[in-house]
Amino acid sequence: MWTEFALMLLVLANLRLLGGSRLLACISTAAFQGVVLGLLPLTVASWPLDPRIVLLSLLSLLIKGWGLPVLLRKALRETSVNREIQPIVSLNLSLLFGLAVLALSGWLGSRLPLPTSASALGAPVAFFTLFTGLFLVVARRQALTQVLGYLVLENGIFLFGVLFAHSTPWIVEVGVLLDLLVGVFVMGITLFHINRAFDAIDSDRLAQLHDLAVQRPSPTEPTE
Amino acid sequence: MQALALVHLAVALLAAPLLLSVINKTKAFFGGRQGPPWLQPYRELTKLLHKGVARSRSTSWVFVAGPIVSVAATALALCLVPLGVVPALVAFPGDFVLLAYLLGLARFFTVSAALDTGSAFEGMGASREVQLSALAEPGLLLAFVVLAVATQALSLTGLFARLGTDGGPALVLVFVALLVIFLSENSRIPVDDPNTHLELTMIHEVMILDHSGPDLALIHYAAALKMWLLGTLLIGVPLSPWVSDGFASLLLGVLAMFALAVLVGVIESSTARLRLTRLPQWLLAAFVLTAVALFVVMG
Repeated sequence: MWTEFALMLLVLANLRLLGGSRLLACISTAAFQGVVLGLLPLTVASWPLDPRIVLLSLLSLLIKGWGLPVLLRKALRETSVNREIQPIVSLNLSLLFGLAVLALSGWLGSRLPLPTSASALGAPVAFFTLFTGLFLVVARRQALTQVLGYLVLENGIFLFGVLFAHSTPWIVEVGVLLDLLVGVFVMGITLFHINRAFDAIDSDRLAQLHDLAVQRPSPTEPTE
Repeated sequence: MQALALVHLAVALLAAPLLLSVINKTKAFFGGRQGPPWLQPYRELTKLLHKGVARSRSTSWVFVAGPIVSVAATALALCLVPLGVVPALVAFPGDFVLLAYLLGLARFFTVSAALDTGSAFEGMGASREVQLSALAEPGLLLAFVVLAVATQALSLTGLFARLGTDGGPALVLVFVALLVIFLSENSRIPVDDPNTHLELTMIHEVMILDHSGPDLALIHYAAALKMWLLGTLLIGVPLSPWVSDGFASLLLGVLAMFALAVLVGVIESSTARLRLTRLPQWLLAAFVLTAVALFVVMG
């Protein structure tokens, strides 16, 4: 029951990511997805709880629900990118794409010979999250949204791991989490540096020389 | 049980305009005002019924038929809806399709009557009405499909009678989607503002600008009936899994209907209208919610 409920929340979060028009709201949604994913191992596990499941849950809550969103928000604040999502595929079409992919995931989940999991919806939702992440990477213009898409993609992989591998070496799961943290960290720093670099080579800025060169980057210029 | 169905129909026919005054009182409460008296909608209906009719010479029989057909179709549709486990007066497999198309018929004639006047404003309102309902209708039908799959029943009465609590998450989704459709179909905020009197922003109200007297009374009455009708579908979703006794269901259902009116008043007082270009996405969201519910139910 609780697992189904959590899976449904994940699907809704995916749809919100596909249809949302504000970057900050999308980051919050990804954070929410992280929190739900962090709690998911607890709903799947049987009592009494295995300490390593609790550890995994706590770690993913900490990293996905708090760490990464904080990094992304910081990047959003400091790189002065446009706070509206700039989609290549319109938001309405993205939502419809989400529906089509949801149906596809359901079909995939029913066809694949998978070991029994905690919920029949598990595999479809994992696929759906994967596809959503992939779509966000491909169909959005800003670098920050692409990082977000990557994050969602990884959420799908994590979900798959939680639901199916009853005894995955937990070091693998934690390793994936760490990889992700480092990945987003590097992307955040790169974004920041690209932003700074663009400021420096901006020809308009070069035309006007001042003694005090402390200028905030203007919000209109491209940052990618 | 048929007697209860008759009682429900009678209550619906009599008390539907009262929903409007509950909404208005709630909005007045939020605005710090006293609001119009409780029986104001009835007074307006009788006032309009006593007036004469003015019809433009350029209109045809379609203009006359519009209000009559819309009241008749809506009242007929009301015979098809159950209130929780109170059965509908008429029930047969697939009756929800008839329900959707009776609402469609009513809308078609309202829109045709608006187009018949030849007024540019009314044409604009008609176009908007059709656009929005074309987006709301798939959501409504898909919501019925979800309930039908969840209960393995094909008539509305059977569908609501068999609704169990095990549907859990899917039922929450269907409820929210139906609430969105309810607000949109009844031209309430955030889709349409029933109080607005600026032609450029109106949707429903602009279509009936040329109607007067008894015609206008019929249109207002049909709108009230439609609100009751869609309301019964909406509150049936949380009501019928919990209440299995017919009489209790009728009593609680009518109470829940007025609670729904209060909810609409609260929504109207606390939210702003959506920009017209954002409306398709809003209704699409309702459709997507029902699709997810279908996914959960079938999963």
